Order: sequence, then C-alpha cells, then structure tokens
Amino acid sequence: MDNLIFAGEVFLNGLMAGVLYALVALGFVLIYKASGIFNYAQGVMALFAAMTLVGIQKGQVPFAHLINAIFGTDVHYFGWSINSIVAIMFTVAVMILLAYLVQKVVFKHLVGQEPIILFMATIGLAYFLEGFADLMWNSEIKTLDVCVAGELCLPQGINLAIDETTFGWFGYGYFIDNLDITATIVAVMLVAALIMFSQYTKQGRAMRAVADDHQAALSVGVSLNFIWVLVWSVAGFVALVAGIMWGAKSGVQFSLSLIALKALPVLMLGGFTSIPGAIVGGLIIGVGEKLFEFFMSSQSLAGELFGFTISATENWFAYVLALIFLVFRPQGLFGEKIIERV
Amino acid sequence: MKKLATTSIAALMAASPALADLVFPSLSYRTGPYAAGGIPFADGYADYFTMLNERDGGIGGVEARVLECETGYNTEKGVECYESTKGEGSLVYQPLSTGITYQLIPKATADGIPIHSMGYGRTSAKNGDVFSHVFNYPANYWDGASGAINYLLEANNGDISGKKIALVYHNSAYGKEPIRTLEGLAEKHGFELSLLPVDHPGQEQKSQWLQIRRDRPDNVLMWGWGVMNQVAIQEAANIRFPMENFIGIWWSGSENDVLPAGAAANGYKALTFHGVGSDFPVFADIQTHVVDKGLAAGAGDQIGTVLYNRGMYAAMLAAEAAKKAQEIHGEAEITPAMMRDGMEALEITEAKMTELGLPGFGPEFTVSCGNHGGDALVGVTQWDASAGTWSLISEFAPTDGEIIQPLIDEDSAAYAAENNIEGNCG
Amino acid sequence: MFYREAGDFSTTYEQDSQTFPIKFDRYRYYFVLFVAVLVLPFLVNDYWTNAILVPFLIYAIAAIGLNILTGYCGQVSLGTGGFMAVGAYGCYKLMTAFPEVSIVIHIFAAGGITAIVGTLFGLPSLRIKGFYLAVATLAAQFFLVWLFNRVSWFYNYSASGQITAPEREVFGIAVTGPQTEPWAMYLICLFFVIFSGIVARNLTRGSIGREWMAIRDMDIAAEIIGVNPLKAKLTAFAVSSFFVGLSGALFFAVYLGAVEVGEVFGITKSFIVLFMIIIGGLGSIFGSFAGAAFLVILPVVLKLVGVDLLGFPTDIVAHFQLVIIGALIVAFLILEPHGLAQLWRVAKEKLRLWPFPH
Repeated sequence: MDNLIFAGEVFLNGLMAGVLYALVALGFVLIYKASGIFNYAQGVMALFAAMTLVGIQKGQVPFAHLINAIFGTDVHYFGWSINSIVAIMFTVAVMILLAYLVQKVVFKHLVGQEPIILFMATIGLAYFLEGFADLMWNSEIKTLDVCVAGELCLPQGINLAIDETTFGWFGYGYFIDNLDITATIVAVMLVAALIMFSQYTKQGRAMRAVADDHQAALSVGVSLNFIWVLVWSVAGFVALVAGIMWGAKSGVQFSLSLIALKALPVLMLGGFTSIPGAIVGGLIIGVGEKLFEFFMSSQSLAGELFGFTISATENWFAYVLALIFLVFRPQGLFGEKIIERV
Repeated sequence: MKKLATTSIAALMAASPALADLVFPSLSYRTGPYAAGGIPFADGYADYFTMLNERDGGIGGVEARVLECETGYNTEKGVECYESTKGEGSLVYQPLSTGITYQLIPKATADGIPIHSMGYGRTSAKNGDVFSHVFNYPANYWDGASGAINYLLEANNGDISGKKIALVYHNSAYGKEPIRTLEGLAEKHGFELSLLPVDHPGQEQKSQWLQIRRDRPDNVLMWGWGVMNQVAIQEAANIRFPMENFIGIWWSGSENDVLPAGAAANGYKALTFHGVGSDFPVFADIQTHVVDKGLAAGAGDQIGTVLYNRGMYAAMLAAEAAKKAQEIHGEAEITPAMMRDGMEALEITEAKMTELGLPGFGPEFTVSCGNHGGDALVGVTQWDASAGTWSLISEFAPTDGEIIQPLIDEDSAAYAAENNIEGNCG
Repeated sequence: MFYREAGDFSTTYEQDSQTFPIKFDRYRYYFVLFVAVLVLPFLVNDYWTNAILVPFLIYAIAAIGLNILTGYCGQVSLGTGGFMAVGAYGCYKLMTAFPEVSIVIHIFAAGGITAIVGTLFGLPSLRIKGFYLAVATLAAQFFLVWLFNRVSWFYNYSASGQITAPEREVFGIAVTGPQTEPWAMYLICLFFVIFSGIVARNLTRGSIGREWMAIRDMDIAAEIIGVNPLKAKLTAFAVSSFFVGLSGALFFAVYLGAVEVGEVFGITKSFIVLFMIIIGGLGSIFGSFAGAAFLVILPVVLKLVGVDLLGFPTDIVAHFQLVIIGALIVAFLILEPHGLAQLWRVAKEKLRLWPFPH
C-alpha cells in the first residue's frame, strides 16, 4: 500500500519532468517540421540563450577574457544590472539575430541537401556556438535569478499546499517542486501561444503552409527565407525558456547543452513532426523512466520479484522504451505515416 | 596542413632544450563540462609559482616555469599533453582527472616522472612499495569516507549504530570509490548504508531525492562531480533535507557547488584536506607580487576560493618537494628522478607551514617509501551562505586505518601481480 | 596530364578487376604502404605515436566500420562508442582469461563479439529508418555503457572500476602495457588498419557491397530486384561492428592502456566518428582515412599554432578550436557536401585534364 502511495508521488514528479523534456523537444519539432532539419544545436542554443540572459542581467562585458588577453586590459563588468524582463527581451533579440545569421550564412546555401548533411551542419553549428558562448561569456557557472517586478522570482522548493493536502489524504505528503509547477504553467502558455500564433496570424499560417509543402507554399508567394528565419527565432525563444527552467536548477553551465540528449527519445516516441507528440512523448518518457527507476531500485518491489535491484537507469531507459515502441510504430506516436514509393 | 604541423613541431623541438628552469606542467581544464572547477585550480597552481619567482627568484635560485596544457578533462587530450610536455624536463604531473591519472600511472612510471594525484586518482597508490612514482598525499577518497564517518561519530558521541546513512554518488569509477570503505565501516559501527547512484551528467536526480525523502536517512554523503553537485544541493534544499546533515567529498565542496542554490545551501558541509578562505599571510604575497603586477593567471578574483586554494596548496607541496630534492641531491637544477626522491622524503610540519605563510593550512604529514599517501588527516568545512564563505569546523582528524589499510594492500597487490611489480622499498 | 590512365591496358580479367586498375593509383598505393610500413617506424617518437599516429590509425578503423554501415548501407548509427566499448571490454576479458593466447587473436575475437552484439542491436533497423534509427542506436550506446559500469564482472571486480591492459607480446615484442616502444604500438595498429582497409575495400566492391548500396539508395526498389534487406542490413551491422570492435580493442589495449567506460566510450565518441565519415566522405574508404586524419590532426595543429607559436592563453585557444572546427565543418558542407573524398576526386579530375579546362 505504501508503495502505491509512493508510486503516485513518483508518477506526478515524472509528469513534471516530462514537461521539462517536452519543452526541449518542442524546439526540435518546430525546426524539423518547417525545414526538415534535425537541429542538434538546440541544446547548445538553450545554453547560449541562458548564458546571454545572465550576461546581460549582470552587465558582463562580452568577450572580456579575449579582450583582456589581447589588449592587456582588465575589464569584466559594465557595473550595471538589468531588470529580468528587459534582459529577456534583449536575449530574444540576440536569438533572432542568431536565427537570421544561421539562415543567411549556413542554411541558405544548403537548401535541397540530404537530411544527413543538414544534420551535420547543425552539429558544426553546435560546436561553433559552444566555443563562441564560452568566449563571449566565459565558462564559469552562473547563478540564474529571474525575477518579475522586483520580488516575484522563480520559485524553488516544495509546494506546501500539495504537501498538506496529500498528507491529509494518505498520511504522506507528496513532494512537488514549485519550479516544476511553474515550468508546467509556462509550457502550457508557450504551447497555447504557439497554437494561437500558427492559427491566427498571417506569418503563423505561412509557417504551417511551409511545413505542409515547401513548393506549394513558395508558389503562393510565401517567402521561404523569411519563414525559416522566423522558425529559427521561435526555436531560439523556446530554447531560452528551456534554458531558464533547467538553468534555475543547476546554475547556467556547460551541461545545459546536454539536455538535448533528454529530448531525443521524446522525439522518437512522439514523432519528429508533431507538437502534441512532443508533449505526450515527454510525459510518457518522464513518467516511464521515473516509475521504472522507482520499481527497479526498490528492495520491496524489484528485490522481492527478481531478487536483485538496479539503479541509475534513467539514461538508457528512455531510449529503450522509445526503441521498443518504434518497432511497433516506426513513425512515432503522432508522426506522419511514412509512405515510400519506388 | 601536415607541413605546417611538421614545421611547428620542429620549431618547438629546436627551441625547447637547455632551459635552466624547473618545469611544472599543469594539465588544466579551463574548458569543457567541468571548466568552472578547473579554472580556479589552474590559477592557484600557476600563481603560487609566479609568486615564488617574483618574491624569491624561484626555488633554490632556479626559476619555476609552469607549462600549461589544456585537456578539457578529456583523456585523449591528456595523453597528448603528457607526451608534448614530458620532453621539456617536466618534474611532476598533476593529472587532475581520474581518467588521465590511470593513463599516466604506468606511462610516467616507465618514463621515471612522478605523479601527484592530490585527493583523487588511484587510492591504492598510497602504497609506495608498488606505485613507485605515484603520490597521493595528503589524503585519498577512502580517507574521505572514513573521515566523514568519524565526524558523524564525534557528533553523535561515538555511537552511530542503527543510524541510516545514504551515499549519493556519481555512477562512475570515481563515485564508486568510497563504497567498500563505507561498507566496512557500516559493519564496524553498525549503521545502515544505502546507495543511490546518479548517472552522468546528473541533471535529473528527482528519483534519488524522492527516495531520500521517503527513507529519511539521518545523513547523506555525496560523491558528486560537475553539474551533479549543484543539482543535488538544490534538490536537497527542495525536499528540506537538513543541510548540516549533508556532507560532500572535497570535489563537491566548492563555491561553485553551493552558490546556485543561494541561501538554501546554508549549512552544507564538505570534507577537505586543506584550509579555506584567504586569511593567510601567503595571499598578501600573492596579491603584491602577482596580482598587482598583472601577472595573475586568471582574473585574480578567485583568490581564497576553495579550488584556488587547492591549486595553490598543490603548488606549495610541489615546491617544497623540489626544495627537498635540491637539499638531498645538493643540486639546484633537479631532474624528475630527484624530484621523486624529494617527494618521498617530504615532511610538512606546522612550523614549516607557518614559515611559508600558511599556518594551519593543511594537516601535518610525512611521506615515506612505503607510504605515499601521507598521514590521512581529514577535516570538515561548512558553508555560510549569508557571508558567502566556507569555514573549517573541525580539526584535521585521523581516519580509520584499520579498515582502509587492508583495502589498499589488497588493491595494490592486485596491481602488482598484474604488472609483475616487485617491491621498491626492499 | 599529371594523372592519366592512358596506356593502361588490361589484357586479363585479373588486371581488369584489381583494386587499383590505374597504374598511377597503384604505384601511389604501394608508395604509401612502403612509407607507412618501412619508413615511418624508424622515424616515430613518443609524441608522434601517442598524439597523432596511433589515434589516427585507430579512428580510421572505426571510421571504416561506420562508413560501411552509414556510407554504404545508409543506416545512420550513433552507437559507435558503445560498440567500441564492447570491443574494449571483450578484449580485456579475453586478455585476462586466456593470457597465453596471442593478443592479435584476442583483438580479432573482440571484433567478433562486437559483431554479434552489433547485429543484435541492428535488428530494429528492419523496421525503423532514418533519424528514428539514429536515435534508436543511441539506446545501444547508453545501455552498453551503463552495463559495463554496472556489472563488475566486466572489470574483474577491481576496486577502481577501471580496466587496465596487462603487458602482452607479439613475436617477443611488447605491444601493450607501459614498456611498449612507440614503433611497436604503431606497427600493431598499422597491421589492423591495413587488414581492415583491404577487407573493407574488397567487401564493398563485391556483391555484398553492391547489395548494401542498393539498400542505401532505395530499400524498397532493392527488395524488388531481389536484394534480401534482412541479410543486407544485418551483414552491414555485423561487418561494421566488427571493425568498430577492433578499433575499440586497440583503443583500450594499445593506445590508452587504461579505460573507464563512461569517460572514454561516451556519446561524444559516437559523434566524433560520425563527423569523421561525413567530413571525409560517405561511402568512401579513402574518406574514412581523410576524415580521421582531419579530426585528429586539426586540433593538434590549432593548439600548436595558438599556444606555442602565438602564445595565447590555453583556454582561449581551446575555445577557438571549437569555433574553428565548427565553422570548418559548416564551410566544408557548403562548399563540398560529399566530403574530402569528393574533393580528392575533383582534384584528380583536374589533374587529368590539366592544362585544358575540359
């Protein structure tokens, strides 16, 4: 009975973790859908966005280390700090600029190439951005404090209301992190905004048209270039949101770029081309891996049943789950049916 | 491109020999996933030698030269760094990563260059009879595990039987180091040990901390690294685990690890084998002779942080060993072989540390042929979030050799058998 | 003019079907072999072997392996690191279990074990295609690394969790362990590289190679003309994993000597080998060598230029390395999406026609 109550808690936390995975996966889906590019650099973009946000907030001098090394100066900070909202707006501007440059310098020249070449180009981009971000903002761990209107900051820690309520029900208080609840709300708002954008604005509709059929869209006068810049900008914004949510937990540091690896099984499961797929896939993976870990590492469950326990399974479980799933449905949960003709 | 490489290597090789200085290579990692920890260490290591050069004109009248090579914490780059620097008369290597240390143990032994893996690397290298060129003074991981338990014993009036202690560890060779020691200690003192591995890199630890919340262990020990530390401390704060019952190994106890969690990290403890803070006379010398002259290796803002101090401490021990070697052999320009002798005869006393401007900075210890690990004294530090400082809250206390020594003998004997090593100490 | 096939007449079937039908190519090949086998061993020192030549040779084997799977058979794999780990741990278990058997046999056997494991993980490829398959092979990567870390039998229950290569000899000369001479290390790796190169070249020219390429170009069409996709895909996985396993075994036993699985055979290894074949050229044995050389030598050159010649701080140089490698990859893809191998073909064409433009 106790185990069932605990499993409930693990399940809820799995859902929350799933939302965070989905947040990263969303960026992949947007770009893949619109341009057929599997953007490996999405994780590094999250890192870059979060670093830029902190750098602008704290008034770091960009490329300070490089400038100091070349000119023998000793500059580090401008000596101001900027309100979070303003800093986020600046960061969005930087991400739009990045999107423009990526399109202009890289992918404009690679139109019509095979998917693996495009994938490779994004890996090159990932390398570039990784080195560039470190050069620009240095590689120390930075603390991320995002506060709206002075006092209202990103919350952390246990949600007491849930703790008390569930304690009243089961005699055991559930732990839900406030940050995870916030992330869920933000993710819901983000998806709602994306849907509104793609349904009710001219650019959004053009974006969907491009996703459906490049050539048809081109023939009715949609500028592909513009749409691709737009899509990369939106993906950059999603990366920023993911970077803030993950960075609030661990500080902004290199490992943020590895969150891409958490998103890949989500994509497999949900399909590369489906936004609902990314969300449902994220939730399934989040819940699945947490429950599996809970079950397999518990002496009273797996220990009783198999006679042994295993732990730290989360890295591979998501992939194996997705793999087994794909054998039965090769295009993912919501992916478009793959039709091949000779 | 190949031609360019050839010419530059040729230029390099032509330029390198016949330099009358003492070369201390620094295999630093200022980039990559663990850069935040590598930068202050490398700065501290370099700054101390710069200070010696500026203040004393080097070590025994010979200038020290720090040869920095970037590894990015990557084993292959570490091999490249070792090969490219060993020809320049490098005296002692600080490999700074478990992987690179294991790499270099056989290589450097064959090349006759000593290795100092301070608080990391192969624990059984303490047995100098088998590992002739590897030193891991003043303390190793198994001492750390025992030190943590001893600290808890003291806090509980010598009785921790029936207590629950959880170990949260990085699921790698490094993280698994303390398990055997802790199991031995659990049997001896009757506490209940539970193991919670976290897979690399460790950004997701919800499962582990939910389990801690369910099981309510009395204490949590952590063998973490990189992003795992920050997330673990944040999650511990989230589930309101009392921070003063949470003890990390020395690689989980720097400013980098506690700052992201902010005020919630207050009271977190970490093991250490050297002093913290900048309240030592030597830092004034570093300030005047290095930072103020613009010679600092880094931005100069890391002085007094835990990892800067550790790098500086490593440099101090290397410099002292070099002095010892000069003394033994009566030559100022020592070779790696002489350096090894100096390290093996190293003796750090309180009087010596005071003389160096570091009173009480580290434990007193002596190194001998059979014992390359020092006297295994471990201290505990605690984080004060409002002041933003670590402070030493216990003496450097002895650890449980009764449990550790048999493990060291067993592991080093296995290595000796595998590699046909007969004792070096006769 | 400089490179021509004029005057090369084949009078027998053997001549027509030899590996290098053009005399110039053949002599170049003999020359490279001559330099590699008989000249370089006398010139190499510790630095050249450990920092450049040995990693280059071992990566070249891995790249050949992956190229067979990805370049020839069209199955993108990101499990290379995991399969290399199988080779390394297989070799270690064999070395310690049967110390009297020659290391060369152990390395081949390790390749064989990897081939079996690779085939097993190749089974889903019958259903899953494209990027879905690439991501699915990551399951192999993460699972294998976790397994070697978790089950202590694989590292003989050592306290450190690392595996260390004991000293082994070939013809009385140490090839593993700390006492190995640089030339011995180099030659043992070279032996496996030449073996892999010849086998791979002949497999890809033969009927099995044609089947792989048919599957790559369009699997349904290939099936219709009578290629068995089950056989073609699984043999590609097996052969590819065999080579990857060889390289893993060499990487552990000869090059590093001590290995911890998560650190050495992590996901980055999979990516690096993939970069090598894309930069070098998909579906080309020469490309595998070129790509491996490019990614092994470039960072060393950048480091030498940045740190030793220009005297920059090491961390700035390391950051610039990333920026430059990233930019070069993108630039290469824009200028020549088919990699260094295609550049080489274009260059040969130019040389043939020179001084005339067409």
